[in-house]
Amino acid sequence: MKTWACVTCGVIYDEALGWPGDGIPAGTRWEDVPEDWTCPDCGAAKGEFEMQVVKAAA
Amino acid sequence: MMTQTLVTETPAAWKDGKRGLWMMGVLWPALPLISAALALSTGMGLFWWLTPVVIYGVLPLLDRLVGEDRVNAPESAVAALENDRYYRLATFLFIPVQYICVIGGAWLAVSGGLPALDILGLAVSVGLVSGAGINTAHELGHKRENLERWLARITLAPAMYGHFYVEHNRGHHVRVATPEDPASSRLGESFYAFWPRSVWGSLTSAWHLEKVRLERQGKSVWNWRNDNLQSWAMTLVLFGGLALWLGPIVLPFLIFQGFIGFSLLEVVNYLEHYGLVRQKEASGRYERCKPEHSWNSNHTVTNLMLYHLQRHSDHHANPMRRYQALRHFEQAPQLPSGYAGMIVVAMIPPLWRSLMDKRVLAHYQGDVTRANIHPPVREKILAKYGAAQPQTLEA
Repeated sequence: MKTWACVTCGVIYDEALGWPGDGIPAGTRWEDVPEDWTCPDCGAAKGEFEMQVVKAAA
Repeated sequence: MMTQTLVTETPAAWKDGKRGLWMMGVLWPALPLISAALALSTGMGLFWWLTPVVIYGVLPLLDRLVGEDRVNAPESAVAALENDRYYRLATFLFIPVQYICVIGGAWLAVSGGLPALDILGLAVSVGLVSGAGINTAHELGHKRENLERWLARITLAPAMYGHFYVEHNRGHHVRVATPEDPASSRLGESFYAFWPRSVWGSLTSAWHLEKVRLERQGKSVWNWRNDNLQSWAMTLVLFGGLALWLGPIVLPFLIFQGFIGFSLLEVVNYLEHYGLVRQKEASGRYERCKPEHSWNSNHTVTNLMLYHLQRHSDHHANPMRRYQALRHFEQAPQLPSGYAGMIVVAMIPPLWRSLMDKRVLAHYQGDVTRANIHPPVREKILAKYGAAQPQTLEA
């Protein structure tokens, strides 16, 4: 499971959580998120998210 | 033999008709230098006022004469357009021109032996370039690349507005066209009521955003990693350096031109979302920001000078899209003129209201309750427009 962040405003899309408010169930992989889905906070297009590097627990 | 490939719109065949003209964005910030050269060589003090005359007078006329450009690059050509480094150069080159204006202007103001009125003209001119710098910083600050993000803050320093880098992306883009956004103006709110609300609200919001971000990392807001502190430090270094060189007497000049600079940004903020509002959904969230939540203008001349900032709807939908690829949206509300003309109108509130209130109302099909109304005048606005018949309102 990966997380993706909106480069503009910082919203995190976590594949493990999905985005149920928009009908995207938990566990939905980023590539299965509809292409017309936009950032819930700032409205940026899906293409404006980038994958986050998962930091190893210290 | 070329015609056949040109008829079919292949991406390779598509050429940006405005490509060469984007260098205008680098040339017009040199206006204070041109005006200084003219004033000093002719001895005519009026030339010190050339920059505001061009911005407030000549540009609106040129917008009217040259008109609009609604051309959008075909989607298939966008990748090549975005990767063309020339367009980046047209933003980078703004910065040396801007700094020559600020440093040269400061030196002339202190050492030029000029009368007070001429210094005032010079300070206003330099300030307008600092304000335009916020527009350049805006284009740069939305990008992923570290170089562009750094340059954005260097460009913000002369206008004393380093916190814009924080607040614009993470504050304004999130709350745009809601009553909570300090930088979205409301129906019935004059520019002079908006200015203090936006200046103070943006500052406190930027501080809060960095405080929350740093606290999440277990750090204090008083940490060198605070982007606000870093950006403000650039202003301190610039102003401090000039004060060491030219003496503290230069500080009033620098602070005044910075005030003119960030006020130019604020008047532009004022026009971009006037009266427009996102409705609240049943979940309590605001609806997504859509093209109808920003005012737009396709006026060619001012768009060339502002890196397409006036194609504002596409900018909010695709904040990282590079300026050369920003599109005109048919469903987006349109301003009657480019920003240069509209900022003059915004500074005259009765004129602004007479031009824009009816457009806000028409945008909401006569239903004023759907607009973002300024609370202190809410009752007055409702009484004035509340009974309006939708069918009598034409766009």
